[in-house]
Amino acid sequence: MIQKRTQEIAVGVFVAVGLAALVMLAMKVSNLSAFSDQDGFEVVARFENIGGLKERAPVTVAGVRIGRVKTVVYDDKSYEALVTLSIASKHNQLPEDTSASILTAGLLGEQYIALEPGGAEKMLKTGAEIKLTQSAFILEKMVGQFLFNKAAEGTGESKATEGTVP
Amino acid sequence: MVDWFQKLGHSSLALFERLGRGGLFLMRVFSAIPSLVPRPRLVIIQLYSVGVLSMMLIVISGLNVGMVLGLQGYNTLVDFGAEESLGQVVALSLVRELGPVVAALLFAGRAGSALTAEIGLMKATEQLSGMEMMAVDPMKRVIVPRFIAAVISMPLLAAMFSAMGILGGYFVGVGLLGVDSGAFWSQMQSKVDFSEDIMNGLVKSVVFGFVAAWIAVFEGHDAVPTTEGVSRATTRTVVHTAFAVLGLDFILTALMFGSV
Repeated sequence: MIQKRTQEIAVGVFVAVGLAALVMLAMKVSNLSAFSDQDGFEVVARFENIGGLKERAPVTVAGVRIGRVKTVVYDDKSYEALVTLSIASKHNQLPEDTSASILTAGLLGEQYIALEPGGAEKMLKTGAEIKLTQSAFILEKMVGQFLFNKAAEGTGESKATEGTVP
Repeated sequence: MVDWFQKLGHSSLALFERLGRGGLFLMRVFSAIPSLVPRPRLVIIQLYSVGVLSMMLIVISGLNVGMVLGLQGYNTLVDFGAEESLGQVVALSLVRELGPVVAALLFAGRAGSALTAEIGLMKATEQLSGMEMMAVDPMKRVIVPRFIAAVISMPLLAAMFSAMGILGGYFVGVGLLGVDSGAFWSQMQSKVDFSEDIMNGLVKSVVFGFVAAWIAVFEGHDAVPTTEGVSRATTRTVVHTAFAVLGLDFILTALMFGSV
């Protein structure tokens, strides 16, 4: 009978180790413990150009992540991108005149939405729209503008004194 | 020319016949599952030989694969100055792909072939017929416990493989190559999503376990009851499981991650 006992213990250990591995994957490896999509309130924001913003991109305030981008859709009527943000419900103290801008983490990193709280008394509620938005930084446009400025600088002497910031 | 068509027709008919027999066999296995409820001990015995004895192989392979991923990933990432993302690279490749796939391939070699050989030899030595003579249904007594044990073991083994692989990557990355420990884990946690990555990996391992178990017991039950027949069936188990797992992996990956 001792053999039966060791066998059962071995199976018990096997199942326990397997489940422990799953729990480790869930808790230690994934972001399950950090933030889940379920407990969040949603606000929308319209952007002229979202650049490379993806669904599930982080939403931050003061650099701290408080939520993530839920959906990105194109709005036929306003010709703008309609972005739905899901923000953790414990951070529902954002003023109504909060502004949203799309920034890039590092030079080539992923794009995320940074919120900057304003000073209004009223707070954002579920389904509210963030009115003040700033589009993504498009490198090509900036380079184009810079070259254009440079060219303008070359033709007119007076322009050069105004000083175009490179 | 006509001969060629005849050959093609013959082989495709044989293929469909085999698929059909496999399907019918699976139906019989499903209908026999309730009979196991009063006798869970049969499954425990099989869990021991299918799961526990495969554990060492899976754990060591997982550790090694993780360490190799750590080394290779580091050498690639360090060129971009992004070696802090090592944790993310190791975790995503293990959880999404390598864990389920490599664990399933190892499982087919270690446990699937053993199941086929055992059932096939039972058939060849007429033990299965002997059981039927004694009014013991070999389906309920021999095949279904092995099938269930394999289906249960596979996801657990795949999870162990991934977890050990991540630890292996951690040892190499943080211990050997000097990646920051905090960055390793935080980058991993920020980019590995529970429902998107871990659950999809789990679904994959469940599907692979199901397929590997099905092929193993079906090949054993369907083996030609001779020495050669059993050896061929064992080979077929490993080969067919490898094909099925890799093919299904592409389909599942396309379904899960194709649109992202």
